[in-house]
Amino acid sequence: MEALSYLKHFKEVAEHEIMHSGHVACPGCGAAIAMRLALKTLGRDTMLIIPACCWAVIDGPFPYSACSVPVYQTAFETASITAGAVRAGLDATGKKGINVVAWAGDGGTFDIGFGQLSACAERNDNIIYVCYDNEAYMNTGIQRSSATPWGAWTSTTPGSDYKKERKKNLLEIMAAHRIPYAASTTVAYPDDLVLKFRKAMSIEGFRLIHIFSPCPPGHKALEKNSILEARYAVESRVFPLYEVEDGTKYTLSMDPPTRPVADYLDLQGRFRHLNKKERSFIQQAVDEEWTRLMHRMRIDEAL
Amino acid sequence: MQKVLTGNEAAAWGAMCAQAQVISAYPITPQTTIIEELANLVANGMLDARFIKVESEHSAMAGCIGAQAAGARTFTATSSQGLALMHELLHWAALGRLPVVMADVNRAMAPGWSIWTDQNDSLAQRDTGWLHYYCESNQEVLDTVIQSYKVAETVDLPVMLVLDAFFLSHTYEAVHIPSQDETAKYLPPYKPSIYLDVKDPHAFGGIVQQDVYMEFRYKMQVAMNEALEVAEKADDDFREMFGRGYGLIEPYRLDDADYVLVTSGTVASTARVTVDDLREKGHSVGMLKIRMLRPFPFEKVRQILSGRKRVAVLDRNICVGMGGIFTQEIRNAMYHIPEDKRPSIYGYIVGLGGRDVSPEVIASIAEDVQKRAVADGEQVWIGLKE
Repeated sequence: MEALSYLKHFKEVAEHEIMHSGHVACPGCGAAIAMRLALKTLGRDTMLIIPACCWAVIDGPFPYSACSVPVYQTAFETASITAGAVRAGLDATGKKGINVVAWAGDGGTFDIGFGQLSACAERNDNIIYVCYDNEAYMNTGIQRSSATPWGAWTSTTPGSDYKKERKKNLLEIMAAHRIPYAASTTVAYPDDLVLKFRKAMSIEGFRLIHIFSPCPPGHKALEKNSILEARYAVESRVFPLYEVEDGTKYTLSMDPPTRPVADYLDLQGRFRHLNKKERSFIQQAVDEEWTRLMHRMRIDEAL
Repeated sequence: MQKVLTGNEAAAWGAMCAQAQVISAYPITPQTTIIEELANLVANGMLDARFIKVESEHSAMAGCIGAQAAGARTFTATSSQGLALMHELLHWAALGRLPVVMADVNRAMAPGWSIWTDQNDSLAQRDTGWLHYYCESNQEVLDTVIQSYKVAETVDLPVMLVLDAFFLSHTYEAVHIPSQDETAKYLPPYKPSIYLDVKDPHAFGGIVQQDVYMEFRYKMQVAMNEALEVAEKADDDFREMFGRGYGLIEPYRLDDADYVLVTSGTVASTARVTVDDLREKGHSVGMLKIRMLRPFPFEKVRQILSGRKRVAVLDRNICVGMGGIFTQEIRNAMYHIPEDKRPSIYGYIVGLGGRDVSPEVIASIAEDVQKRAVADGEQVWIGLKE
């Protein structure tokens, strides 16, 4: 497998700043970096549909907006359908060549907007759905979501009541809808993110991009370590980077050097309470998931 | 063209005449034949629209919101539980100032499951910032869909028009259907004042603080006030062009009436017949039909009811713990007139869950209101079983 470049393709899109300074994201926010990179790639012929999530705040209060593309804020559970309907409205009024992008957090994607997301995928609505995943309801103060990983502290999984359920596997669920394109990426690999948005733009139908998005306050991590946390998430195989085309064709974007999960956990206070046994349980679960993913990559070849 | 249509088909054909561009809808009894008919009209090319077949009513309204924000004319229809599920987004459409048009087939709320008519579904959405029309006939349904777009797109507020389950939704009547071209002379293509445009990017719906939120609401109130005149003109213009109009309220045999029955929906039709009968028997009774509930036509209602002896309001709904909702509306309207002109107002609860409101029932109310003691604000429940 070819080594993944970091900044080659990023440099190609570096001239276009569509998200501007003056946004109100926390320092070290992965979601802000993700938007900046995504908009650079998507260009100005883009519309953003943003439900309740951190980005509903980050974009800035009325009458300001940090993004110089149209932004439509919508109800928590409706990013997917609203974006699908914006597309229908554009089609009905003869407007072409526009990227309609739903931009939602993990709460709006994995939880409250999940039924709508599934319906949009089933209809194959012609949109790019982006989930920037910071693994909890960060905007409301770090409450657990179904994207919160096993073992994590959140404000609703405090103390010994830390989260005892696994994280939903969003990409597998969406791939099972046989959507044209589903991919995972993260802010530590700008080229990977840029290439996946480019690829998504070249495809018609329902496209989903799942972005792992470090959140310093929510992960109880240092602001300066956000990129490192995202990189360790990939290197430790906690968050593998891959694509699924038409729900069946799997492509691994990067076969990372194996890094112990402990390196990833140690960057974050939300896992600090875990004992050795619990930490090794996470390592074991990550290894099993990786093996499963590797098998899945080969299923199509076997067929 | 004239066709024999159900109320539901009339709603669908209304959207066809108005050339709705995006339909976003989900099935629920007794609304289903509206969206089936729309699916047919789209499939056979009579209506050039995108039909988003969503997975819930919540998404049906989100679909109207998204498409309308992109600059398209939208239509949806629902009923009862479906309307309740939309509740959050009814606020969204109204505060977002999106002129969505929706038909609601009035159906009682569960539990227990009832598919029959009453007004509690639509009236529970009274305060969401939508305009509300209550229709009496299938022709009125079709015409009101067309008028609704005219009004909605002038004041940038959404419109809900209501038709009774089964009494209209599944009952056939002869309906005049204007062509799309004829309709377009009355209702030109939708030209939104502001919409999502990559050439002129704006952010919609972002955070507003205490310093501006009230002003957004105030502007809605101003638009609602304006909507009264706009709706009246829309009805006048419609009458001029198509020879049919309905008014925002409609008085029937009220010129010299001491006693007034206030009605809405199909109960108005039955009340007309009853009033004719009672007149023959020498009762000084007339009827006032409320077609537009929001914005509430205060001045017109005051003018018509001022100086009457007694008013009986027939409510096919109940705000439990308060009373009939139309009764509250009428009482509110009549409070600020001189005492010597103010009629006594009596509230009657009728026909919940689709129970028949027959001419006999209405006649018994008309007789009751004439002999009842001084109005004390109590609701009278009609036809209750022991």
